[in-house]
Amino acid sequence: MLKTFAIGGIHPSDNKLAANQPIEYLPLPQQVVVMMSQHIGAPAVSLVEPGDKVLVGQLIGEGKAFMSANIHSPVSGVVTKVDMCRDIAGMPKPAVYINVEGDEWLSTIDRSPEIKYECNLDPSQVFDKIKEMGIVGLGGATFPTHIKYAANDDRNIDYLIVNGVECEPYLTADSRLLVEHATEICIAIDIVRQARGIAHAAIGIEANKPEAIALMTQVAGRFESLEVVPLKMKYPQGAEKQLIYAITHRRVPSGKLPIDVGCIISNAGTMFAIYEALQKNKPLFERVVTVTGKGVKTQHNYKVRVGTSIKSLVEFSIGEIPGSVGKIISGGPMMGKAIFNLDAPTTKGMGGVLIMNESESVRQEETTCIRCGKCLNACPMGLEPYLFSALVRHERYAEARQRNILDCIECGSCAYSCPAHKPLTSEIRLGKAKVRAMMPKK
Amino acid sequence: MLYVSDSPHIHSADSTHLMMWHVFVAMLPMFVVSILFFGLSALIITLTSVVCCCLFQWVIERFVFHRPSMVGDGSAVVTGMLLAFNVPATPSMYWIIIIGALVSMGIGKMAFGGLGHNPFNPALVGRVFMLISFPVQMTTWPVAKQWISGQVDAMTGPTPLGLIKETIANGGTIADVSSQLPSWGSYVLGSMGGSLGEVSALAIIAGGVYLLCCKVITWRIPVSFIGAAFLLSGLLWLVDADMYLDPLHTLLSGGLLLGAFFMATDMVTSPMSHSGQLVFGIGCGLLTVVIRTWGAYPEGVSFAILLMNAVTPLINKGFRPKRFSA
Repeated sequence: MLKTFAIGGIHPSDNKLAANQPIEYLPLPQQVVVMMSQHIGAPAVSLVEPGDKVLVGQLIGEGKAFMSANIHSPVSGVVTKVDMCRDIAGMPKPAVYINVEGDEWLSTIDRSPEIKYECNLDPSQVFDKIKEMGIVGLGGATFPTHIKYAANDDRNIDYLIVNGVECEPYLTADSRLLVEHATEICIAIDIVRQARGIAHAAIGIEANKPEAIALMTQVAGRFESLEVVPLKMKYPQGAEKQLIYAITHRRVPSGKLPIDVGCIISNAGTMFAIYEALQKNKPLFERVVTVTGKGVKTQHNYKVRVGTSIKSLVEFSIGEIPGSVGKIISGGPMMGKAIFNLDAPTTKGMGGVLIMNESESVRQEETTCIRCGKCLNACPMGLEPYLFSALVRHERYAEARQRNILDCIECGSCAYSCPAHKPLTSEIRLGKAKVRAMMPKK
Repeated sequence: MLYVSDSPHIHSADSTHLMMWHVFVAMLPMFVVSILFFGLSALIITLTSVVCCCLFQWVIERFVFHRPSMVGDGSAVVTGMLLAFNVPATPSMYWIIIIGALVSMGIGKMAFGGLGHNPFNPALVGRVFMLISFPVQMTTWPVAKQWISGQVDAMTGPTPLGLIKETIANGGTIADVSSQLPSWGSYVLGSMGGSLGEVSALAIIAGGVYLLCCKVITWRIPVSFIGAAFLLSGLLWLVDADMYLDPLHTLLSGGLLLGAFFMATDMVTSPMSHSGQLVFGIGCGLLTVVIRTWGAYPEGVSFAILLMNAVTPLINKGFRPKRFSA
């Protein structure tokens, strides 16, 4: 019996169309737009002026606030302007525009293909380095990694959990990394585990990736206290609280963090970035992005320099965007965001670009709730989505809060399951925002 | 032009229409069995009921609510079939069923705003209305014949449950009538007296299993309903086998199986949480046995389910799903 999470969950077809496509390098674009805010928290402060020459990996934005992260130039060339750009939703965000000239890397970055096992940094240096290299969580939340591992926290942590689940349908960026860079990922896990003084490390991988499970199990065997845990296929297995339960049987209490149950959880992709940062001295300025969809002929996993426009990524992948395309999503189909502005730059947190046909893009018309209870059965948090829908429509936010609307992880399982096609997740998001607005400021 | 919308961007493709279609398919075995055993009258009653339910809903939506009709979702068809399955296959039902359909759709469903808003199972509202208004016609049972031997026979005596109730009321014991109770085989295959849909346990269970496989219903309501009825009747039977019917007969006679798989599981009128569904099923099972044993009517399934329908909102309040991070 494979492990999995406690309650709820759904089984969408996984559609891992790009699963067997090796990671390819996307050719350098002519211009990049590097957003200063590619993470949760305050934007980084730009360190460059128009006209400055920059090298690949050079620090161009400094995360000065407590909750922030450094930004490095993904290309070499000349800064043309430091201005606002529009993100995928069309919202203005500060950014640095760089015209690409050549591909000249900082000499400190080790570009050799050799795998480096030994780490000669002492524990506090490890996390300083992670901060310096601008590492953020690459699973999508883009939480600054150095804060998560904050070395001065004295809570006892005994489990380092690595998320290799990639439960979002279509996305294959992490599973490609697991297959192509298993050793590097294990090295990073081992260094971080020892530096933070954590007893156990476990990496959870869903059963639909047998190749990754076999390879990782073999590699992990060479490291101390590193366990590979195959998991039953079920969405949202990669959600933090669900994955912690699947592996350790611990429940993160309402409103608490993994650290409160002695766990730290990081994405497999983040671990690879940590490896490169610690062992190769390479800042986080490129990542793997899956470009996929049922309507496109070729499926790809690209290594993309952040700041490359989504449009050029898509057009390089599939050519001119055909008229049959109805929606382009940043991320997976369950939690990804539909892209409004295709000219927006790629960011550290963007793991996939999903191209959907027009027929897949349109929502069915909503009908009346028939109280079938499918949303309750699907909810991995044991909530009552149908009730939130009614409460939010009647603006009864206090009751919604009482019914723990803030426990919702917005995984989308309720709306996915609803036979009446009610936009349950959207209504709950609205309700959560209203409830948060009503709460006293901390 | 690209669409922009909130996630999730994919859907299970489940729909109300599809669920109703599954229920319809699940009822086909019962429909076939009823035609085999009751002949043309079963067909006429079922068709009349279905057509009337759809028509009444359409008329009410079109001329009272002034909104596009939702008849296409198939729920009226399901109600129509269930209503027909709850009446005896006699010619007098040809017109009574029309009144039943009107009450089902008009009072049972549309008066509350249509599908999803009705507190009571519409088919049961219609059935109970007919039972109270036409007590004679609603309890005159043709004996189902083996289809090989031809025509349905004339009106005959009561159902097994009616027989027992009458005997006990007249001071007799179960033993006096045990020879007149149907054999186990006829319960299962369907040659006992009763309503259209309740004569064959096999057909009902086949439909129920189909619904479970299609995930239209969960096991909780049928199992707790049947389990509770079995336990309570078993307890009574152990106390006094002369006065109380044995549990197996209790399960197989009357509309208990039909009720447990098709009526109590109506999603609109039953609780949503797992624990709530168990409470609901147990309540239905206990009330059924209580009404059958001590009530005025020989059969208690309809009343039991309607009573539990009434407390469903309370059950929804009191028995919430178990939170993951409590």
